Amino acid sequence: MSVAVLPHTVKPHPITGVYSGKLGIWLFLASEVMLFGALFSSYVLLRVGAPAEGPAAWPSHADTHLSWKIGGINTLVLIISSVTMVMAWAELKMNNFTKGRWYLAATLALALTFIVVKLAFEYIPKFQHGLLPSTNNFFALYFTMTGLHGLHVLGGVIVIAWFLLPGSGLWHKDPEYFTNRIECTGLYWHFVDLVWIFLFPVMYLL
Amino acid sequence: MAGAHADISKHKRAYYAVFAALAVLTVVTVAVAQFHFSDVGNVAVALAIAAFKASLVAAIFMHLKWEKAPSIWWALAICGIFFIALLALPVLTNSDNPPQVQHTMWDVRAGAAPAAHTSH
Repeated sequence: MSVAVLPHTVKPHPITGVYSGKLGIWLFLASEVMLFGALFSSYVLLRVGAPAEGPAAWPSHADTHLSWKIGGINTLVLIISSVTMVMAWAELKMNNFTKGRWYLAATLALALTFIVVKLAFEYIPKFQHGLLPSTNNFFALYFTMTGLHGLHVLGGVIVIAWFLLPGSGLWHKDPEYFTNRIECTGLYWHFVDLVWIFLFPVMYLL
Repeated sequence: MAGAHADISKHKRAYYAVFAALAVLTVVTVAVAQFHFSDVGNVAVALAIAAFKASLVAAIFMHLKWEKAPSIWWALAICGIFFIALLALPVLTNSDNPPQVQHTMWDVRAGAAPAAHTSH
């Protein structure tokens, strides 16, 4: 049986200078910057355009009921997960499959922690208190932006879980290719962390 | 291969250093937000810290510090230009309004005088 082999998964492409997966993930991240950038732009427009008083005024922190403590804990969770992700790649690069896999498992656990905290301590209580995307412009932006970010975390969970279990067989066939795929996963994962670094002050502190 | 291992060990020290910096800066972000400088001042400080944190993540975790491929830098440069254009859109949508409306729109949160004029 002949198997189609993707070119340039390990060795750099002669024209781009990198293995093709890496350029691909960077182009994808560039499109992600546009996606989140449009939403941040909307936030700026709606906030500065809000009237000073009345029902359409921008809500104060007392009105949004968002806890910087919960947001701060989730910020630290994502930062630690970025470290474990990059350590997973570093261990694989040094041929330590078992250690790399443990770091990958830690990243997965932290990603799931982020989602659980977000749902159990933020989204669900907000919904129970009747604070919905339809409540005001702030909550429309809050749920859209953190929701889209949360979906990205969920996407990361799926990809990391794949490489942790069924996808890990690739290591035994082609360790360099596997390590490169983990590097691409990491690039995506750090970007998700990077978006949160901006979302945290914008939503919880300003 | 031994050289690559030494490089990765150096990288690992950088990863831990960046982790410490990100954790400290998160605490700093929260701490400075407890003070009220001015509306613009608080936004500027928070975004400056966030931008610095983001650049640490991009440079070290995302390996841009060691990235030499022009293809990736081109993609990032073009992305940067379009991102600036995107953030400039709110300003552009406001720029053809009469001056007093612009003033109202941008200074309304500070309770600027022209807002009171237009509302009465």
